[in-house]
Amino acid sequence: MKSTFATLPQVAHREPVRIRLRQCARTFAGRQGQHTALHPLDLAVEPGETLVLLGPSGCGKTTTLRIISGLEQPDAGGEVWFGDEQVTHLPIEKRDVGMVFQNYALFPNMNVAANIGYGLKIRGYSAEVIRQRTGEMVDMVHLQGLEQRAIHELSGGQKQRVALARAMAVQPRVLLFDEPLAALDAKLRDRLRIDIGQLLRQLGITAVYVTHDQAEAMALGDRIAVMEKGRIAQLGTPQQIYHQPATAFVADFIGTVNRFAILGRGQGSLQVTGGGLPSDYQGDASLLYCRPEDVRICTDDEPVAVRGRVIQRFFLGQSQRLLVDTGAAEPLQVDSSSRQHWQVGDAISLSVPADALFAITGNQTQPHAGEKAESAAGSST
Amino acid sequence: MSQSLLTTGGQPASRAAPSAQARRHHGKWLAHWALAPALAFFLAFWLLPFVQLMVMGAGADSSSGEPGYWAVLTHRQYLFSLLVTVLLSLAVAVLAVVIAAICGCFLARNHFFGRSLLLSMLTFPLAFPGVVVGFLVIMLGGRQGLSAQLGQLLASERWTFAYSLTGLFIGYLYFSIPRVIMTVMAACEKLDTSLEEAARSLGANSWRVIADVLIPGIRPALISTGAICFATSMGAFGTAFTLGTRINVVPMAIYGEFTNYANFAMSAALSVLLGAVTWLALAMARRLSADASLGGA
Ligand SMILES: Nc1ncnc2c1ncn2[C@@H]1O[C@H](COP(=O)(O)OP(=O)(O)OP(=O)(O)O)[C@@H](O)[C@H]1O
Ligand SMILES: [Mg+2]
Repeated sequence: MKSTFATLPQVAHREPVRIRLRQCARTFAGRQGQHTALHPLDLAVEPGETLVLLGPSGCGKTTTLRIISGLEQPDAGGEVWFGDEQVTHLPIEKRDVGMVFQNYALFPNMNVAANIGYGLKIRGYSAEVIRQRTGEMVDMVHLQGLEQRAIHELSGGQKQRVALARAMAVQPRVLLFDEPLAALDAKLRDRLRIDIGQLLRQLGITAVYVTHDQAEAMALGDRIAVMEKGRIAQLGTPQQIYHQPATAFVADFIGTVNRFAILGRGQGSLQVTGGGLPSDYQGDASLLYCRPEDVRICTDDEPVAVRGRVIQRFFLGQSQRLLVDTGAAEPLQVDSSSRQHWQVGDAISLSVPADALFAITGNQTQPHAGEKAESAAGSST
Repeated sequence: MSQSLLTTGGQPASRAAPSAQARRHHGKWLAHWALAPALAFFLAFWLLPFVQLMVMGAGADSSSGEPGYWAVLTHRQYLFSLLVTVLLSLAVAVLAVVIAAICGCFLARNHFFGRSLLLSMLTFPLAFPGVVVGFLVIMLGGRQGLSAQLGQLLASERWTFAYSLTGLFIGYLYFSIPRVIMTVMAACEKLDTSLEEAARSLGANSWRVIADVLIPGIRPALISTGAICFATSMGAFGTAFTLGTRINVVPMAIYGEFTNYANFAMSAALSVLLGAVTWLALAMARRLSADASLGGA
């Protein structure tokens, strides 16, 4: 899909800034005592990078974002840095950040143009400058002709575009998004996601983007921080997160994984429930994982394979997902071409390429053979 | 509800639908008939006396012999009373809204030790009749009141204000402020905090946030509660009666004409005019706050 945003005016002539959090924790005092929303956290967002904070509800994404923005203070000892400047005790209005909220947070008593120009007005620019700059912003987010509209006369997608323009009009040092697309329907969400991604690339502004949608995270993030219970479970590129998940939680949260318990080791193969897998894995993990799209359906005469029976089939359009019972506790999930005809009850033979198998050992990822680390990170999809 | 259940069944449903419709129609009529006694009650106890009052107001004023309404509008004494009442109520409404808006927003946004105690004390005067409020003003600014004693101490003269316009003003404020605070607090709590956060992220300091987000946000509440304050002050009787002020506010004038002079036409005319002014104020406020809540600025 092509972006709807026009060529950019001079928006980001600022040097992008690095954001650093040092030992930022956040504890809330609740009725039943202290509640730690965020454990001491170290995090750096490189200049011009888009970092996505991803995780389930209540894992501390918003809290982290609010600490960066200045809406929330870290517990004593935590530090927030923008480049060489420590901003820990700087209130949000002095931090020079642009924010985009899930519920748009547009001023209902002002029209579209006044909303977009609000930050400029606060900064004391002349009416002429504000008018011109607001015009540029309106062009950029493709809202021409709606300048004089009242906010309640806009659709959700249009509202979020206004919010985006409003946040960027003042050329903030960093852009912060808190689930900006969560309130939109699927089609609009895709469209605006592509637009935002393109905008962030072109602006080269440092951005932090909170979401619980993994597709959004993969599409927008230069890097993704997967959070779990107030901690960062893994920080890496979308490829690393997907192909080398550091923990079982990350593997489960991002996409789907199959688990193989190793029952024994043969010459160049592993014994698993239902058969064997070709592999020269030497590590001491007792579980190996793979993604459904990496499972290969093979012929019945393949010497080393896992054999089972199709117990369920979901047609997904571009592919179909088969659930295969191999006798293990949970069925294997297998993606196959949607043109293949599989029936529930069919016998099936499966294999997994050696480099698509990975182990998860606590907090460290171990691609199954040392020299294959790169190929594992780069393979498939 | 019942219809959607019926239509899911295909063939039989299409036959059942008209009867359901008929039943609904029947139900509507039944509801109308059930309303009839309530309507009759309303007519008898509200509309009839009111119409009679309006007619009575057109009767001859016992002192001048002119029709009541005409007499009110042409005699300085009555006109002055009407004017003072309107101005006093207006001033009370405006000041009460200003004070209560500040306190209400503060209380809505800040949680501190003793807050709930303060809140329950604030609502305390809501239960007081005007007489009690009058007492309180006398204790504050009467001949033996706190202010008189303080004046005696400092300047050897008794400072009294209870029986003047100031006394009335303070008394009216006293019972108005708690009402407004409650409304403002509710409006403030309903306000979307992310609006404030957005304004701050764009560089707005606290004053700008108040001017650009908070006040526009609670404007409908301020207007409507201000109008109710105005209406209550227009009709307040107990406080004025207790203070026995020389200034004849309209409710006192009505009472005087009615009980002292048996001047029914005049008291009826005054009542109708008092009601009309108040009704107008409330109607205007409704219009204004409807505009404000639409956000058309
Ligand atoms: N103001 C607050 N007072 C008390 N607890 C809070 C407060 N804000 C957040 N928390 C708690 O901190 C934890 C993290 O909250 P946070 O809002 O950061 O989660 P989140 O990852 O953004 O979740 P979601 O996806 O639901 O928005 C939650 O358990 C939440 O209940
Ligand atoms: Mg959140």
